Amino acid sequence: MTTDSGAPRSGEQQESLAGTQIKAIPARHPGRWVATIFVLYLVVALIHAAATNPNLDWGEVTRNLFDGFVLKGVLNTLWLTFLSMVVGVVLGTILAVMRLSPVPIVSGAAWAYIWFFRGTPVFVQLLFWGSIAALTGPHVAVQIPLSGVVLFQTTTTNLVPPLVAAVLGLGLNEGAYMAEIVRAGILSVGEGQSEAAASLGMTRLKTMRLIILPQAMRVIVPPTGNETIGMLKTTSLVGATIAYPELTYVVTQVYAVNFLIIPWLLIASIWYLAMTSVLTFGQYYIERYYARGAARTLPPTPLQRLRALFGRTLTTIHAREATQPLGPISKAR
Amino acid sequence: MSSAEATNFMVKAEAVGKSFGRLQVLKGVDLEVRPREVVVIIGPSGGGKSTFLRCINHLEKIDAGRLWVDGELVGYRQRGNKLYELQEREVARKRSEIGMVSQHFNLFPHMTALENVMVGPVQVKGESKPAARDRGTALLQRVGLGDKLGAYPAQLSGGQQQRVAIARALAMEPKLMLFDEPTSALDPELVGDVLGVMRQLAESGMTMIVVTHEIGFAREVGDALLFMADGVILESGEPRQMVANPQHERTRQFLSKVL
Repeated sequence: MTTDSGAPRSGEQQESLAGTQIKAIPARHPGRWVATIFVLYLVVALIHAAATNPNLDWGEVTRNLFDGFVLKGVLNTLWLTFLSMVVGVVLGTILAVMRLSPVPIVSGAAWAYIWFFRGTPVFVQLLFWGSIAALTGPHVAVQIPLSGVVLFQTTTTNLVPPLVAAVLGLGLNEGAYMAEIVRAGILSVGEGQSEAAASLGMTRLKTMRLIILPQAMRVIVPPTGNETIGMLKTTSLVGATIAYPELTYVVTQVYAVNFLIIPWLLIASIWYLAMTSVLTFGQYYIERYYARGAARTLPPTPLQRLRALFGRTLTTIHAREATQPLGPISKAR
Repeated sequence: MSSAEATNFMVKAEAVGKSFGRLQVLKGVDLEVRPREVVVIIGPSGGGKSTFLRCINHLEKIDAGRLWVDGELVGYRQRGNKLYELQEREVARKRSEIGMVSQHFNLFPHMTALENVMVGPVQVKGESKPAARDRGTALLQRVGLGDKLGAYPAQLSGGQQQRVAIARALAMEPKLMLFDEPTSALDPELVGDVLGVMRQLAESGMTMIVVTHEIGFAREVGDALLFMADGVILESGEPRQMVANPQHERTRQFLSKVL
């Protein structure tokens, strides 16, 4: 047996190693330093360019960021996003259940709907809704077919005001995408679950509502958050197609007059970023709620994550406390 | 055989057949189970045991023979010489009277143990929540899980999950309990707890059909033992005698492997 190997030679020596921390010289990573310096340089250069370019006109941006028109546009954008997503989610759920129906006409109809709305650009669909009067004429009437007796008559703009046109345009398109997301969620729940529900005597509809969909939510929520953020930005197409004053529409109206295109586009971008950031944050909490029962411990909320991060840098004692696993959120129900 | 004669039995099967495509899984199964009787079915995998249990609970439709549960035809209604397929609602009502426990527990993972036990009575029978909660708590205590009411299935061991599944089935106050290999997915040291609960249940007078490989359970608790292979019941008899002295060659081979 050689004597200069690192292997322990006797039980005595192994015992003496127990509990001792290894103190070694860390390996060098020169490549990491080069990359860090390069990225930092790019960031500084970008900030410098943004701060000194007069065309960005930060003064105009800060003066008008909280302008009444802009705030109205922000609210309209949020409202439009909310309504369109409600239409999209409800419609998507119905379409997903329809696609899984054993009746060929029912599943076929859902398939055709998805085929049409997913297969044409949403911009074109919105242009259709914007020109709805060109399709129906300026007046619409409900009459008894082939008799000419008119029951109800109104103008097309009365029946389909810009907000309704925008919500229908965005929501009907969204329904097609949500249908596939919901269907994927439903299919992700094992067959044993519906059999267990059936054994208890639940009907198919009750099984879907109480057993399948709540579990499918865990799969449905993340892409739906994605869709909501996408929808928030897609509402910017509404200004160009239907005269509804969402954020982008408001901004384009202003710069059409004062020609300060870049600063006003910056204003819109800042607001869009702020809104999507809030949505991203909210998604954490929804995911956490639907994770109950799926994992033994729930993932920490962003706030708890922040606390844990600061706790760790300040004092190790606090960090240990803050990263303790969380109990189930039984109070959430 | 009329349904009037079938009323003496909790389950009565006559030449029951079932095929999946070209594969004939059940080739004429005959069985009589009296109320309060515990019937244990053993046999090799693929022999049709699980399929037969699923037929009793309407999870599979039989395509030959006749099957009665508590005097009523399974899946059909007979008027004159014609059979009418039952509506989904009627099938659901009949299922609610039969408890089923499967190999894979299939607890609802998004509900606590207590909520799992409550959901059937509340949603299917329209029982009030407080009443269902009281009964559910008592049932979970009965299966030895009085301290796990608020636990989610992922926080329970396999044996605990299976006992919650039994409590969930019992909450519907079934007149018949079907067990489909209830201990096959469990670690050996957890099997005893589940069998203990089943033994208690048998002693309380529940009618049970149990598919299992636990020969000890069959011998001690079963009133009748059936050996099923290739879609038919090859041998049946009093459990102790049959285990000690199997008549059929296939039964002998099978028992020598599992004992």
